[in-house]
Amino acid sequence: MTTKSQAVLDWIDARFPLTSTIKGHLTEYYAPKNFNFWYFFGSLALLVLVIQIVTGIFLVMHYKPDASLNASGVPVAFASVEYIMRDVPGGWIIRYMHSTGASAFFIVVYLHMFRGLLYGSYRKPRELIWIFGTLIFLALMAEAFMGYLLPWGQMSFWGAQVIVNLFSAIPVIGPDLSVVIRGDFVVSDATLNRFFSFHVIAVPLILIGLVAAHIVALHEVGSNNPDGVEIKKKKGADGHPLDGIPFHPYYTVKDIVGVVGFLIVFSFIVFFAPEGGGYFLEFNNFIPADPLKTPPHIAPVWYFTPFYSILRAVTYPLFGIDAKFWGVVAMGAAVVIIAFLPWLDRSPVKSIRYKGGLFKLILTVFIIAFFILGYLGVLPPTPGRTLVSQICSVIYFGFFLLMPWYSKIDKCKPEPDRVTG
Amino acid sequence: MSVDQKVDAGRRQLLLVTSAAGGVGAVAAAVPFVASLTPSERAKAAGAPVEVDISKLGPGQMMTVEWRGKPVWIINRTKEMLESLKKTDSEVSDPNSDKPQQPEYAKNETRSIKPEILVAVGICTHLGCSPSDKFKTGAESGVSADWAGGFLCPCHGSTFDMAGRVYKSKPAPDNLEIPPHKYLADTKILIGEDGKA
Repeated sequence: MTTKSQAVLDWIDARFPLTSTIKGHLTEYYAPKNFNFWYFFGSLALLVLVIQIVTGIFLVMHYKPDASLNASGVPVAFASVEYIMRDVPGGWIIRYMHSTGASAFFIVVYLHMFRGLLYGSYRKPRELIWIFGTLIFLALMAEAFMGYLLPWGQMSFWGAQVIVNLFSAIPVIGPDLSVVIRGDFVVSDATLNRFFSFHVIAVPLILIGLVAAHIVALHEVGSNNPDGVEIKKKKGADGHPLDGIPFHPYYTVKDIVGVVGFLIVFSFIVFFAPEGGGYFLEFNNFIPADPLKTPPHIAPVWYFTPFYSILRAVTYPLFGIDAKFWGVVAMGAAVVIIAFLPWLDRSPVKSIRYKGGLFKLILTVFIIAFFILGYLGVLPPTPGRTLVSQICSVIYFGFFLLMPWYSKIDKCKPEPDRVTG
Repeated sequence: MSVDQKVDAGRRQLLLVTSAAGGVGAVAAAVPFVASLTPSERAKAAGAPVEVDISKLGPGQMMTVEWRGKPVWIINRTKEMLESLKKTDSEVSDPNSDKPQQPEYAKNETRSIKPEILVAVGICTHLGCSPSDKFKTGAESGVSADWAGGFLCPCHGSTFDMAGRVYKSKPAPDNLEIPPHKYLADTKILIGEDGKA
C-alpha cells in the first residue's frame, strides 16, 4: 500500500474501527475449512434480504396503500400493483423479483435451519445465535404476512381476515386486540395502511437488527461445521485454529459460487414462472379484494402451510376454551419450540455424522411429517386429511419434546479430534 | 467504582427515583401511539344502519348487503328449509341459541323475527371467512349425503344449518351472529338498529 493511502487509512482507523472490523469479520475471521453445500444458505439469506430491500424501495415509489375504489371501481392499491406491472418501465421485473424473493427467502431460510438441525449448530456455545435466528424467522413470517396484504387481492384480504381473527381467539382480550390490530372492525383501509407501515419500516428495521445480532454472536463464538467439533480447541503456533481458514478470501469466493447458482434458479423463476404455479403468487390474488365474498378455497402461501395445518389440526376444546384458541396456541408453539432446541438436545455429539440410527430415523420422520403438513395446508380440509395432519402435528411436537430422551439413548459414534475434510 | 467500594445509598435511591419517573414518562408517551392504533372516529361512524327492501326476495332466495363492511345475508326460507331445522336440532352445538349471538327477539327456533326471513352476518365465527350457501340437500350439495341444507365455510369446513346454527365438532365455536334489525314495513328491514339498545 502506498504511504498516502496508508495515511488515509490510519486517519480513519484513529477515528473509526475500520481495519479491525474488516479483520475481525472477514480477513481474520477463521471459519472451519470443511464447510459444504449446506453452508451456502446463510450468505444467500443475506443476499435475498438485500434483494427484498432494494426492490422494495423501488416498489414503494409507485405503490399506493389505499383500499378506496378508483373511478373504474377497482381498489387503488390493487390498481397501483397492476400499474407497476404494466405501465412502470421495468416495474414488472422489480415486482416479480420482490414476490419471488419472498418465496426464495423462505426456501433458503428453511434450508439454513435444516443445516442447523443436521450439524447441531444450535448447541453450546451457539444458543444465542439460534435464538436470534428463531426471532428472525418470526419477524420474517410477520413481514411476509403483512406484505401479502398490500396487493389487496382476494387472497390478501381473506388471508389477513383469517390470521387477524386468530388473535380474537385469545380469551378476554382477544376481540379487542383484533380490533386494535386491524384499526377497524373489519379488514379495511386502516388495516392496509398500518400493514404497509409495518412492512416497509418497522419489521425491516427489526429484521436488520436481528440479522446483525445473529452475525455478531456467530463471529464471537465462531462457526460450527459438518463435523460439529470446535476448531478453536486446536490452535497452531500463530494462535489461529489449525482447521480454520480466513473467511475472506476463501469463503467469500465459495459463497460467490453459491450466489451464481442461486441467481440462475432465481432468474429462471422471475422470467419464466413468476407465479410459481400458483404457489408463489396465488391465482385468487389476481382478483381485487371483495369483503362480501370469500373465494371458494383459501390457502396461505406455501411457506406458512405447515404451521397452518397444525392450526387446523386442533379440533377439540380444552378447559372450556374453544378449539380455535388451542389451534392458535399450537401454531405459535410450533414456531417458538424451535428456540428451545439447544436445551432439548442431550446428545453427546453435535453432528448427524456421529449420531446414531435412532436420531437419523426420527429426523427423517420429522421432515416427512413437515412436508405432509405443508402439503395438506394448501388443500381444503376433509375428515381424513384432518386426521393425517393431527398425526403429523403430534410427530412435529414429538420430535422436539421427546428429544431429551431419544437423543440421550441414541448410540452415537465418537467425535474426531479435528475436522475430517 | 468510587474509591470506597460502598454503595452511596442516597445516590442509589435518587437514581431509582429518577429512573422510575422516567419510566412513567415513557409509558405516558406511549399512550397516544397505542390510541392511534384503535379505530378512528371515521371508522366508528361507518357503522350506520342499512335499509333493505326485501319485496323482490322470493322463497328460497338469498341476498347479501354490506353493513359495517361485513356481508349480511337475508334469506327467505321455504317451508322445507324451516322443517329441516327440527331435524338438525340434535346435530348442532347450540340448538337453543343460548350463547349471546343474537338479540333477544331472535332467540327462538328460527333465530329470526319473522319465521321465514333470516337476517344473519355472513361471517364464520371461526376465523371470519364468509361461508357459501349450500341450500341443496343430500349428496347433490357436495357436502355430505345426509346434508339438510345450510352453509359451508370454505376455509376450515365449518357447517351451519338453515338458521345459521353451527354443527357439532366443527372449528367454528358459535352460531352465526344475528345483527340487530327491525322491520320498518312488511318488506323493509333496517339492519344495525332495533330501537332497543
